Amino acid sequence: MELQIILVFMIIGAITAVELKDLLGAVIAVGAVGLGTSIAFLFLQAPDLAIVQLVVEILSLIILIRAVGMKDEIVIPKEQQLISVFPVIIFIAIFMYFAVKALFEIPSFGSPLMKVAQRYLESGLNETGAANIVSAIILDYRALDTLGEATVLFTAVIGVLAVIREIGRIKQK
Amino acid sequence: MTEYILCFILFCIGFYCILVKRNLIKIIIGLGIMEYAVNLFFILIGYKYGGQFPILSKENMSTVMVDPIPQALILTSIVIGLAVTCFMIAVALRIYKKYGTYDVRELRRLKG
Amino acid sequence: MIKKPEKGMTIIVKTITRYTVGLILLYGIYIVLHGHLTPGGGFAGGVIIALSFIHLMLAFGKETALKKMSVKLSGILESLGAIIFVTVAIIGLVVSGFLFFNFLTGQKPNINSFFNLFSAGIIPLCNIAICLKVGAGLFGIFVALVFFEMEGKND
Repeated sequence: MELQIILVFMIIGAITAVELKDLLGAVIAVGAVGLGTSIAFLFLQAPDLAIVQLVVEILSLIILIRAVGMKDEIVIPKEQQLISVFPVIIFIAIFMYFAVKALFEIPSFGSPLMKVAQRYLESGLNETGAANIVSAIILDYRALDTLGEATVLFTAVIGVLAVIREIGRIKQK
Repeated sequence: MTEYILCFILFCIGFYCILVKRNLIKIIIGLGIMEYAVNLFFILIGYKYGGQFPILSKENMSTVMVDPIPQALILTSIVIGLAVTCFMIAVALRIYKKYGTYDVRELRRLKG
Repeated sequence: MIKKPEKGMTIIVKTITRYTVGLILLYGIYIVLHGHLTPGGGFAGGVIIALSFIHLMLAFGKETALKKMSVKLSGILESLGAIIFVTVAIIGLVVSGFLFFNFLTGQKPNINSFFNLFSAGIIPLCNIAICLKVGAGLFGIFVALVFFEMEGKND
């Protein structure tokens, strides 16, 4: 019951973020959606994820505000959309029809199949010695995925530094 | 079941924002909303009624817990999403410096 | 007498920052070290440590923060984190046949050492390596984005 209230709050926040003309207001509305997912993770019994989502949301807000700045965007009088709205709504309706059809195949909410996870939960403490089962999974049972994630972070840092770097131009006098 | 449908509606709102809006920052905001919806969907699949959080302690040694594997996978996905957002903002700053505007239609007209 | 312009934010923000930025750093280190007992781990702690340095930079200005952690030092720390992570993996491969083998506890961990701070083999080492990598990498990205000047068109 509380989960559905938080989801409705997130949907209202997302509609506000999409439709506001002022860029700074839209960024703050996206911050509200992110904090809403952090609370939803707490209701779904995942405290690890709630901590990570909260701090990542704060950092992403700081960087978005840096890009928006404090300048005023002048609204152009004739607002032509890039693609008109009607075909987009038909496309999204077709997508949602197929998605709902696929929804009836997965196990219903609240009773997952846990074949591999049952083994990890029962013998996690005796095989690794860690009390936090999620840490044992990402650093002992499935540590190769963490290596891949470290590589992706490294590539992102190099990518940002390569884009931002000023390429020197020698001016010919 | 209604939780899954609400999650899909959130995904579709982000999708609509990418297709229709013409400001670069709005497109980045739409991608962020899609990312939150996808992460939330994975954790919704792993929930069990009456389950506990997956941390053992001296008083609590029962093993009726929620599924820990989706949590482990989404933990890395959240941090990777942050890195990709930072990269998109770096590209957007470069575009603003070169063209003077965030409007997507102007980027096709001005050449070099 | 010419007065130098004040850098950073107002004096209220500066006073509060002096008291709390050390506590934020300590909290981040606590979350990393207890990653195998309580929720958290390397990723959450790394982002919190990066946020404490960003807090220092936002309140006091760029030069003061760069004296504490320069760009060169953060590059060295990030590479150090990656090297420690890969070294631990390869030592596990050399000791027995599996990559990332837990060579500090072996196949059967000692039952007296559950729920202690020094337990669970390589998991605290890997948490520290991940914390260094994530924290230094995010601080490097932030410094690069702040030092980029947006005004002035390129021709």
